[in-house]
Amino acid sequence: MDSKKLKGGIFNKISDTNLLLVITIVIFLLMYIGAIVFQGSGFKKPQMFFNILNANAALIITAIGMSVVMISGGIDISVGGVVALVSMCCAVYLDKANGNVWVSMLIAIGIGLAFGLVQGTLVAYFDIQPFIVSLAGMFFARGMTTIVNTKPFNVQNPAFVKLKETRIKIPGMGSYNKKGMYISAYIEIGVVVALALVVILFLVLRYTKLGRSFYAVGGNKQSALMLGINVRRTKFLSHVICSLMAGIGGYVYFLNVGSGAASHASGMEMNAIASSIIGGTMLTGGVGNIVGTLFGVLSLSTIQNIVASAGLGEAWWTGITIAGMLCLFLLIQSIVIRQKKRALKT
Amino acid sequence: MNKSLFKKITGNQMFIPLVALLLLAVINLIVDPGFFKVSMNTNNAGNPVLSGYLITILDYGSELAILAMGMTLVTAASGGQDISVGATIAIAGSAMLRVLCGTNPRPEAIQAPIIVAFLVACLVGMLCGAFNGALVSIFKIQPMIATLVLFTAGRSIAAWINVNKLPIVPDPKFAYFGGFIPGIPVPTTVFIVLVCIIVVALVLKFTNLGLYTQAVGINEKSARLNGINPTFIKFLSFVILGLCVAVAALIKVSRLSTINYSVIAKDIEMDAILAVALGGNALSGGKFNMWASVLGAYVIQFLTTTLYKFNVQSDALAAYKAVVVILLVFFSAPKVREYLSAFARRFSSKSKQRESKGEA
Repeated sequence: MDSKKLKGGIFNKISDTNLLLVITIVIFLLMYIGAIVFQGSGFKKPQMFFNILNANAALIITAIGMSVVMISGGIDISVGGVVALVSMCCAVYLDKANGNVWVSMLIAIGIGLAFGLVQGTLVAYFDIQPFIVSLAGMFFARGMTTIVNTKPFNVQNPAFVKLKETRIKIPGMGSYNKKGMYISAYIEIGVVVALALVVILFLVLRYTKLGRSFYAVGGNKQSALMLGINVRRTKFLSHVICSLMAGIGGYVYFLNVGSGAASHASGMEMNAIASSIIGGTMLTGGVGNIVGTLFGVLSLSTIQNIVASAGLGEAWWTGITIAGMLCLFLLIQSIVIRQKKRALKT
Repeated sequence: MNKSLFKKITGNQMFIPLVALLLLAVINLIVDPGFFKVSMNTNNAGNPVLSGYLITILDYGSELAILAMGMTLVTAASGGQDISVGATIAIAGSAMLRVLCGTNPRPEAIQAPIIVAFLVACLVGMLCGAFNGALVSIFKIQPMIATLVLFTAGRSIAAWINVNKLPIVPDPKFAYFGGFIPGIPVPTTVFIVLVCIIVVALVLKFTNLGLYTQAVGINEKSARLNGINPTFIKFLSFVILGLCVAVAALIKVSRLSTINYSVIAKDIEMDAILAVALGGNALSGGKFNMWASVLGAYVIQFLTTTLYKFNVQSDALAAYKAVVVILLVFFSAPKVREYLSAFARRFSSKSKQRESKGEA
């Protein structure tokens, strides 16, 4: 929807995508600066920020995949299950079968693709509601995880452990600990993968025909069809990309935790959806931005860190704050849409 | 003539759940003929009670049956499903325990009558329903996303209500709702479901709720043009679901006389949605058949019990159910039905051609 032609109202000067993106980035910055001012020490260190990245690399990857699917008007709640399944399968392969690290990456991508192909086919070519399909996918993945292996265990495969402990040092961002030792700031490999994928997907969505057709299909299926876009194939590909991202995200998650367990990544699908929404992706489709999603993940984890360091250590506060934030952004979206509609009418 | 009768039977909404039920029954009969045995035993409290797999299904299917009724209304009116029912059961149950036990998690006696606690739970359930309903109907957010908020927060709120303590209700009378009343061998839950069914049937019979809900679900705009307020109908359906949730919470909490915030009613939203789908109701809203959903709920409990009997782990259960869901939605999808009927037509026309050739 190009709203630049509409007259009047500050809302209409910028497009939906940019408006929601701006809101997200401003809120994130306010939150982070607020945290630095009011809670001091911890947030001042650059490593705090990198820790947020390290812990959430997998979430960033799954969330940007989720954004693609949401922009094209669908939804996929199986990503958390896929992440759990990927980490369990890779863990079993590496530890029990003493497998190769590179092959385990292929397994992760393969599982992601398999889920994407099946779910995409059901949604795009058989017109079944994406929510129901991916709900079943989620339960299938979670169930399969338990069937593959019931007990959680740590992976001791030396090649994998070496890869897991690889740290990329960032010069000039370190800090001194209490003993005065200099500790340089670092990020894990997963973060590099995540940021690379963010850039790639951002460029794809922005500059390729396929990327634009995601927006077109999500915005208005009928008009997209009339423009000669293959709506079914676009929908299908959006699900394939989402599940593929979940597969890669699963491997990054696995790289971060280094173990397989059926309870891994529980609720991750909700965090991914929440991050996308906070990042300005509209549920109704057609509006969204990958960079926004990145900021959505960062806002989400910053607020978790704030809650944790504000002494509200009890686990329930995290759930409540995330839900509260999600609710707030949903309401903002709802109001923005309403304003737009009103502006269109007059 | 035959064909129209065949179509009439297969076209009935009760057809799918009934066939599923028969299929499950036959499988169980072949594997273990003792499955259907119902015997009279004495329970721990020394009362005579009925026991057997069938009784288990009737007993443990009741929460699901009650939820399925509310979920059917929500599905019909809004064209979406409420995925927060499990979490709201935790909230309502937690509120009930808070009223019954007060601030002390191990009280000597209950602090308030059970009926008061139940009414508070109803109020809490309806408030949660109203919250979801407001997001859906007034702010026009897709139901599944709107209910995501409570889905994320619900169990945390439930833990917060009781400061993460796990109160235990001291009164044995409280356990009657999810167990047996002394002297009556049938599980109490069966009666609770019966009461709910009667109430719902009366409401559907004597009010326009059913008609209005279908009208809103089929076409919101034309419903509005006909003087129905779609916002209110959608809101109402969520509030009614909230009431169903409170009743289900009563049963759930009463079974244990306590609560486990992260486990109580886990994954029940999946089962409830599945029940609605199995009952042949369109998940995109519109026409509905309440009783097909209730039957669907019991079929799912039948499936769960059967899987447990085959020693399937409770965590792995989801994978099997997911396969059932996919098969179910796959074959009930309009697109697939078209293909199938086209295929059947081609097949029959070919055989007819063959027949005519044979005659010639």
